[in-house]
Formats: sequence, C-alpha cells, structure tokens
Amino acid sequence: MNETEIKERVAAFLGEHDPGGDRLEFLRARFDAGLAWVWFPEGLGGLGAPRELQQVVERELADTPQINGGLQGIGLGMAAPTILAFGTEEQKRRFLRPLWTGEEIWCQLFSEPGAGSDLATLATRAVRDGDEWVVDGQKVWTSGAHHARWAILVTRTDPDVPKHRGMTYFVCDMHAPGVEVRPLRQITGEAEFNEVFLTGVRLPDDLRLGAVGDGWRVAQTTLMNERVAIGGAPTRRGGGAMAAVLGAWREQPELRTHDLHQRLLSLWVEAEVTRLSGTRLREQLSAGQPGPEGSGMKLSFARLNQALSGFDVEFRRDLGYDDWAFRRSEDVDFFGRGPGYRYLRAKGNSIEGGTSEILRNIISERVLGLPSEPRVDKDVPWKDLPR
Amino acid sequence: MTLLYSDVEEELRAAVRGLLADRCPPATVLKRIESEPYDLDLWKTLAGEIGVAGLLVPEELGGAGASASEVAVVLEELGRAVTPVPFFTSSVLATRALLPTRDALLGELAEGRRTAALTVSFAASPYQPGRGSSVSVDGDGRLSGTVTGVAGAEVADVLLVPVDGDLYVVEGAPAEEATVEVVTSLDLTRPVATVTLRRARARRVGACDLAGVLRFGAGLLASEQLGVAEWCLDTTLAYVKERHQFARPIGSFQAIKHRLADLWLDVVRARAAARNAVADGSSISVAVAQSWNAGVAVHAAEEAVQLHGGIGMTWEHPVHLYLKRAKAAEIALGTPGDHREALASMADVPGPG
Repeated sequence: MNETEIKERVAAFLGEHDPGGDRLEFLRARFDAGLAWVWFPEGLGGLGAPRELQQVVERELADTPQINGGLQGIGLGMAAPTILAFGTEEQKRRFLRPLWTGEEIWCQLFSEPGAGSDLATLATRAVRDGDEWVVDGQKVWTSGAHHARWAILVTRTDPDVPKHRGMTYFVCDMHAPGVEVRPLRQITGEAEFNEVFLTGVRLPDDLRLGAVGDGWRVAQTTLMNERVAIGGAPTRRGGGAMAAVLGAWREQPELRTHDLHQRLLSLWVEAEVTRLSGTRLREQLSAGQPGPEGSGMKLSFARLNQALSGFDVEFRRDLGYDDWAFRRSEDVDFFGRGPGYRYLRAKGNSIEGGTSEILRNIISERVLGLPSEPRVDKDVPWKDLPR
Repeated sequence: MTLLYSDVEEELRAAVRGLLADRCPPATVLKRIESEPYDLDLWKTLAGEIGVAGLLVPEELGGAGASASEVAVVLEELGRAVTPVPFFTSSVLATRALLPTRDALLGELAEGRRTAALTVSFAASPYQPGRGSSVSVDGDGRLSGTVTGVAGAEVADVLLVPVDGDLYVVEGAPAEEATVEVVTSLDLTRPVATVTLRRARARRVGACDLAGVLRFGAGLLASEQLGVAEWCLDTTLAYVKERHQFARPIGSFQAIKHRLADLWLDVVRARAAARNAVADGSSISVAVAQSWNAGVAVHAAEEAVQLHGGIGMTWEHPVHLYLKRAKAAEIALGTPGDHREALASMADVPGPG
C-alpha cells in the first residue's frame, strides 16, 4: 500500500460517511474502514500498511471528528499495542474498537506503593479460583482511573519464584465490585492520578493477557510503548514547549535580560537538535531500521520541558499561580494552563513512565552494553525478598 | 531530504575506515605529531585511490561530482581517527572557494596531485570572515599582509587568498614574497601557521563569497566533530567495561553509566544535527549544528579524559589528541557562542534592548 492508494481509500471513505454527522458513528466507521491506525491488521482498525502512512491519513482527515489523544492516551499508547501483541483474537475484537473510538477509556494498574522503579517487586496478588482470578492489592499513580472502563493490570501469581517470573498480566474491569478509586492530589493542586484499591476483585480468566507467569514480558511491551508515546511527539521547529516560551519572549521585550537571552538560545538549540533526532528516528523507523535512539527521546523531552517551563516562570517575573483549586482533571492541559502549572507538571516528566535514572540505566545496559549493578534479588523467590 | 546515510555513503565510509584502521591507528598518529604531523603518503592514497579529494568537484572539471553528504561521511571517519591529512583544508575549504571560478586548478586538486589552503584564519567565522587577516592588494595586483591561524598552509602547494571579495592564487612564490611559519599549536593533528605576504605576485581567479565558504565549512566541520565525539564515546565505553576497581568493572557503577548515557544522547543529537546541516545547508541549520556539535565533541573528549583516570592524562594515551582537536575545532569557523548569537536573528529570538 502506498500514499496514493491510502488517499484513495480516505476519499472513498469520506464519500460514504459524512464527517458532519454523528461523531461516534463517524469514528466507528473510520475504525471499520481500517483508517484508525493503518499499521494494525485489517479488521482491527488497520490495513496492515506501513506505519508512516498514518501521517497521510491524519492529514487527509484533519478536518473531521477526532479522538481525544489525552483522555485516551493510555489506551492508545499502551493498552492497544499490548493487546495487539499478546491478546487472543477474541480479546482484540472485543477491546480495540471501543478503545480507539474513546467509548471505553483505559488506565494502567502497574505501580504500587512498594514497587516503583523496581516494578517487578509488585505485591498485588491474583489467586486462581476455578475460571476466575481473585485480585487483592493496592496500585498508585493511576492517571485517569476515575474515567476508566478498563485497566491493564500486572499481578503476582506465584510468590515462590524470583520476582520477574511469577507475574501475570490482566485486563481489569474497573466496574467490578472491589475496585475503589481515590484521587491523589498533586503539586499542581489538581488530581490527575489516583490510588486504586483492589479488594477481592474477581476477574474471569478470559481477561488474562498472555500466559500465566509471563506478565513481565507482556509489561515490557507496554512500557516500551509508553516511553515511545511520551518521547516521540513530533514538533515543528520552535514548536512544543518552546513555542509557549518564545511567544512570551517576543511579546514582552521589557522583561528580557542578557543572561536569559543566552540561556534561551542554548535551550533553543537543544530543542532543535532534539527535534531533529526525533525526525531522524522516524525516518529510521519508516526505512525499517529502528535504532536504539528511541530510548533517549523521553529523557531529552523531560529535561527540555523542565528547563523551558522553569525558564518561562523566571522570565515572566509573575509571582502568581493560575489556580490551586482541587479538581479531577480530564487530561494533562499543558498549554491551556499558566506557566506555573507547566513548571510544576513538568516535574513529573522525569518520573512518570520510567524515571530518568532508570532510563539512563536502560540506555547504558541495553544500548551501550555496560554491565549492570550487582543484583541480590535476581534468583531469590519473591516471598523471601527483604522489604 | 533525508537525515539517514545512503548505501553509497556507507560504502565510502567503509573504504575510508578500513584504510585508516590499517594506516592511521592512534599510536601511529601519536608517533609522528612532534616531528612531521601530516601523513602525506596516506593523503596520496586517500586522495588518489579512494578519490576523496575530488568529491566536491564536478565531473566535467575532473572530480567525482558528489555532494556535501559524502564529504561529511569522510569527515566523520577522519575525525574518528584524528587523521593528519589536508582533506578539510584543501578538499573542502579551498576547493569550495575555488569552485565558482571553475579554474583549471580544480582538476589538479581533485586528483590530489596538488594541495591548496584557503589563506584564512581558522578562527574566522561566517559572521566575521576577515578575522585574523590584514592582506590587501596594491595597484600592481600584488598582495601584502599577514594571516594568522591558517590550517593546512604548510603542506599546501598553492595558497588561495581571499581579499575584498576576490580570490587570488599564490603559488611558487619566492621566500621574500611569501612565508608560511607553523606556530606551536593546541591541535597537534591540525597545526596552524602564520602566512606572511610581501608584495607577493598573485593571479586573480574570480570572486569569492568568503562568508558563504566559511559557512559551508562550518556545516561540514560538525560532521568531523561528530566523528571525534564518537571515538571518545566508543573508546571510553570499551575502557570502563575493562577497567576493574572495587572488584567490578567501573562501567557497572551508575555514577559512570549515567554520564555515558547522557553523553550518548548528546552524540545521537549531534548526528541528527550534522546530517541536517549537510542535507539542508541553510544558515540556520549550520548554526544549529555548530552550536551543538562543537560543544559535544569537547564534552565527549573531556569525559573520555576523566573516565580514563590517570591514564587519560598521559601523553602515551591518544585521548589528548582528541581533546586538543575538539577544543581547537570549537574555536574554528565560529565558536558555539558566535553561532548562537547569529541564531538570535535567524530564529527570531531577539535580545534585550
């Protein structure tokens, strides 16, 4: 399939479906036409086409009803690729369509109070009971749990083997009895994320994703996609977080100083070379030569976002803050809020989805081939680990 | 426009890398730098057999008719090996200056039979092309003045002298008219010289957009800097995997791993910036690449010295050749600060007042 053929498909689709009609009907029809994510298989919202052709579809359909990339972020960026890679045919057919259209929102039940960077030490238990599993435990930092219909969930199913081996991955029904969602207020004042308490939650075995005991491998797929999703956002030159700063900089010449000017130019250059790396990375992916460079993108964007948002607050000399009111936000409204919010929210960029320190470990071990730190927990049964 | 390497470029890289591995390992470079830094036998092979000298020269003038993209790949490899040959000075800077004139000398440069040097200070920049030069032309068309910090002049058969928008060729001049005096230089593998002209006879060959030539050179220098940074990263990685302290490879300590992960990320971005500068070639792309890559090369060399510990401070280990090359190249053709300052207007990031 090439660009011309894709364009013909889109044109034919638009001939049959009025973008001015019902939004949901339009999105469902787009999924069924294989124009949701063209690199997915036919029948699952795709055409089995090269991934780079998605850009063509997005351009052609730019003026039609859109999905909500923020609210649906975890579903689109993490649940969907994991379901595609490990789900049964039935699971793929059941979950992917409403996931893409946004009829069903997803969240991620991975981190726990005792398992952050060391996710594999997680303690939420799932015990088999006939055709069901009974889940007990506590999850944390769960963005959007209050909107979610489904969650991707990693549990401990065998405490007698070393930690990486005794995990199993599920789709969790967020409406099941025993699921309790409590907001966690953040430094920004709002509550994007939650604590989720799971008490005697019964999940049918057909919600299991991948084999029993294979949860770590399934989770790796999710996490790699999370990092790509977070780091891979394309921007134009001077776009993204830089655009907000540049706008203010150009409008308020009286606030400029030589010191700020030098620092802004350095940040501008760093943003530009980071953007160029993203462009090069996408070219590599399109050419079928995926390189290790992707591992670094999230690290770069976290640093840049933090530096730019901190710069922005300092530049404006505004001692105020737009709004501390507690609210349960729909999604991350990064550019709809003030610079103080951006500064505080960006602090999470080097923590969420793998801290920058863990990412540096991953780069140094998997890309650069450096030895790991000595590990005392690799061969010890999970139940015997010190905690 | 692509930021990737073509198959042809990868073949060229393999040929150059193979030759340099054989003829120009760091120990060999180290041995010659205090007596006769330039390896002109190696240059003959590179220029003549692999044909790198004629890359920028069109086929009808005796060259290979290639583009900056191929030249960049050669520069990456020459940077990786801090190869002391006059490729950048003769086949890039001088050749680029001469190209618009279509002078017959281009054919000789392309074949590597003769070597030229653009008589401009290596510390000049696209924004200050005249820095370091006092050369003027008199009524008889003779040139007088000095140019400091000229790279590649002592091995050049021909001096190309830009004066007030014109380009002159000085060749075979007697010592009373032209002297090239090598100065003790920070960069041992690309020393600089002071060129003095005293009513030197010269042939005017055409017009010269010196700022444009220096900009072209600055864009390509980013690829050489990438090569320098890559060698430093690779060599340091190999060392920290081998070197044991506290009964473990030092590369297993997070304090070291995290520094190297950050350095790798800087190098990844340097590669994108270098490729963009040759693919695009605009003033803004060149300024971005120089602003970033010059610093990355210096940082990579400094990290290499530090992470090699005491051995990194010795004359015997070649890492100092890379540190010296990187630090000198940071000044060459505009400092990162010069390029960032230029970006202020190019990218519409105006300064105060």
